[in-house]
Amino acid sequence: MGVLSVTTRKIFRSAIWLLFSLVGIASLYFWMDVQFIAAVQIVVYVGGIVVLIIFSIFLTQQSGKEMPKAPLVRTIAGALAVLFGFAFTYLLIDQYGFITIDQPFDNDVARIGKAMLNTNQGGYSLPFEVVSMLLLAAMVGCIVIALKTKPEEK
Amino acid sequence: MSDIPVTHILFVSTALFFIGMYGLFTRRNMITMLMAIELMLNSVNINFVAFNKYLYPDKLDGIFFTIFIITIAAAEAAVAIAIIINLYRSHNSIDVEDATELKY
Repeated sequence: MGVLSVTTRKIFRSAIWLLFSLVGIASLYFWMDVQFIAAVQIVVYVGGIVVLIIFSIFLTQQSGKEMPKAPLVRTIAGALAVLFGFAFTYLLIDQYGFITIDQPFDNDVARIGKAMLNTNQGGYSLPFEVVSMLLLAAMVGCIVIALKTKPEEK
Repeated sequence: MSDIPVTHILFVSTALFFIGMYGLFTRRNMITMLMAIELMLNSVNINFVAFNKYLYPDKLDGIFFTIFIITIAAAEAAVAIAIIINLYRSHNSIDVEDATELKY
């Protein structure tokens, strides 16, 4: 599905394929027993980012129009680079012996929340604050970018 | 639960990463490039969760990295779409080849 999402020439369909592949990733999280991450994935990506992308597609272009085809040289070069990179990485993954521990994975939401607000060793309080500051900065930046062109036009 | 080795999950995420990379190389439309970047970030998230589950099941670090990556991806997508819509207003196009004012 991800392949379809980067190769469809109609932009609206590629957004829909992106939605399906994100739902597939969420189901992979469910299968790996991390329900909280799966829920966050569905809420943030499927509910937020894809809707934002579709909204901006409708704002910026005619949805029925096909995108121009990429030049052949660029397609071939990109495919070659990607194939070599993929083969190399997969060889590396295959050769490296991962020592897996067979043990139930305890990821309660209560445990995640306690660790997130913990200021002691192994707590994630500082990154939590940093990320909240980053979100605030991103919001202010969006508003500034959206407002800037109005006075220049008149 | 199941005895599927960790390499299979890593295979899926590697495939997803390189699919996103191919989209980033071949497309020149800003929104589709943004979608390719989202695919790559998602593959990294799969990797973090898989390593956390299979290699260190008594810790939670991978899950925290995944949560923070999702947050930053959301912020990045919002800022990028604001920039794209602004560029469309001034250039009437969202092709990266058309925005060349800063090139020389």
